[in-house]
Amino acid sequence: MTVVRISDDALALACGADAVAEAFAKAGCTVERVSSWGMHWLEPLVEVDGLGFGPATPVDVAAILAGSSAKAIGPIADHPFIARQQRLTFARAGRTRPLSLDDYAATGGWAGLDRARRMPAADVVAEIMGSGLRGRGGAGFPAGIKWRTVAEAPGARKYVVCNADEGDSGTFADRMLMEGDPFALLEGMAICAHAVGASRGYIYVRSEYPHAIAKLNAAIGLAAARLAPFVVEVRVGAGAYVCGEETSLLNSIEGKRGEVRAKPPLPALEGLFGCPTVVNNVLTLAAVPHILHEGGASLYDSLGVARSKGTMPIQIAGNVKRGGLFETAFGITLGELVNDIAGGTASGRPVKAVQVGGPLGAYLHPDQFGLPFDYETYAAADALVGHGGIVVFDDSADMGAMARFAFQFCAAESCGKCTPCRIGAVRGAELIDAIRSGSPRGPDAVERAPQMHNAPKAGRTRAEQLGLLEDLCDTMQSASLCALGGFTPYPVRSALKHWPEDFGDGL
Amino acid sequence: MTTGPRLDEILAAHAGRDGALLPILHDVQAAFGCVDAGAEAEVAKALNLSRAEVHGVVSFYHDFTPSPDPRPEVQICRAEACQARGVEALVLAAEAAAGSRVRLKTVYCLGLCSVGPSARVGDTLHARLDEAALVALVRGA
Repeated sequence: MTVVRISDDALALACGADAVAEAFAKAGCTVERVSSWGMHWLEPLVEVDGLGFGPATPVDVAAILAGSSAKAIGPIADHPFIARQQRLTFARAGRTRPLSLDDYAATGGWAGLDRARRMPAADVVAEIMGSGLRGRGGAGFPAGIKWRTVAEAPGARKYVVCNADEGDSGTFADRMLMEGDPFALLEGMAICAHAVGASRGYIYVRSEYPHAIAKLNAAIGLAAARLAPFVVEVRVGAGAYVCGEETSLLNSIEGKRGEVRAKPPLPALEGLFGCPTVVNNVLTLAAVPHILHEGGASLYDSLGVARSKGTMPIQIAGNVKRGGLFETAFGITLGELVNDIAGGTASGRPVKAVQVGGPLGAYLHPDQFGLPFDYETYAAADALVGHGGIVVFDDSADMGAMARFAFQFCAAESCGKCTPCRIGAVRGAELIDAIRSGSPRGPDAVERAPQMHNAPKAGRTRAEQLGLLEDLCDTMQSASLCALGGFTPYPVRSALKHWPEDFGDGL
Repeated sequence: MTTGPRLDEILAAHAGRDGALLPILHDVQAAFGCVDAGAEAEVAKALNLSRAEVHGVVSFYHDFTPSPDPRPEVQICRAEACQARGVEALVLAAEAAAGSRVRLKTVYCLGLCSVGPSARVGDTLHARLDEAALVALVRGA
């Protein structure tokens, strides 16, 4: 009987994978639901004997089985999009059934955990340190140092918290991993728990990811004995973007408003319920099992450039021909990603801007396509690697509107704890409206009041308005409590710098 | 009225759990379609919190609503990646199709950023929407 493999990833389902799977089952095939290869423009992707067909619809079933389908892409593993990648964290993508313990064990699963548990905890921390692994959530903090801090912190109760509140637009690697390889995340958490001396872990997943929540809960049930004495629980977010910030996430798990905490104290010393806590992103923890394989740490350290070691699952999204998950060693240029791998825009129009690193990341101009993917290089260019999402825009994008959207998003999602973010975001959106409307703005009722000594009594010119915007961005960047207010200026400033013509002509 | 035996059951199911408030509120929202003042008071009592503390949490998160809205809901992603793929051009048609019968909710990111514009109805996801597909989705909700 023909075995047909079709993904049950949420993205494949959204593209109609269930109907295709049903049609194959009706045609007498055995349908295996596997994780997604990450070639999203081909979803639903059908695999028969290693050969791929996509994007498939129920109508294509007969032709695919007859071998005459025009949607054939040849052997999937040899497809240039896959062959050019170096998959460590996503090594199982497309190859295994997400909730099959047999598939997991047959592909090297649990070897990292078994080896780690035979080692003293301090040696596990040393291996993570030696691998050069940095936090994949966005900040890029060395994972080994965080783990060592928690391991050495006094306290009988410690926690491992996985940040799966993947709210950035243009990112979906956490979701794909949780849905496609949930045991890898659990194994990484168990290794971390052993290394730092924690007995309990939480995975905080956003409520927008119902499929990931279901898969994780099922995986925890299946793997509980393997993970014991470590216990993991899924906690579901409630629609607050800011809960992706680690201290706000901890407050949310504790059952509080998701407001950001001032640091110090660091969560590593006083985190969840006041106890030492490792908070790592899904991709960070899922990279751990591979690193703990014999020789895994040195392999990881040998990849990448400068201080950005190992591989990064880059998420190619927005207006692109070939979007999806592309895991590769650090150092790849943005131009390669956008032009070669993604094949340019889906609309066929020229690329205007690329936002890297989510809603808080800078908009990069095609002139910057030579930038290698690397935390420090991006930081030097006033940009952000973030969680590795890249969103491509064609020339119909209005960058002034995108800058305004950045402020609007920050205003909608601000937790309200610090003033620069709570009020700055609202004022920023107003200011961009004023700048784009072109006419010089006269003083408003408050500014006309006699006690407002410093407020200008004459109208503000465009140059003065732009100066005010710069000033506001400075304030938000240096005085916000967390990255939401602190990084919102990145998309705004980059849009203004590269596309000033989209901000009105000042007449 | 959202108090009564059903709420007691929810509270009992989470008794003794660390940081139980959010899981409780999720269950209350799912069972009653809202977390109203009566439920807030009961939850506060069960967790030994003040009503203000519980209200503060309920009002903070987008997922909890103070009163029920029985209309079907269609969530449309309008974050950057879906904007880059043209969602904004579809919004007016979706709003017209929704009228007052369907609640349209803007969400920021369903994690389908390479195949947008995308939408969610219940736990079912839809991608690669054009105007006709989105309007059909809203009408069928």
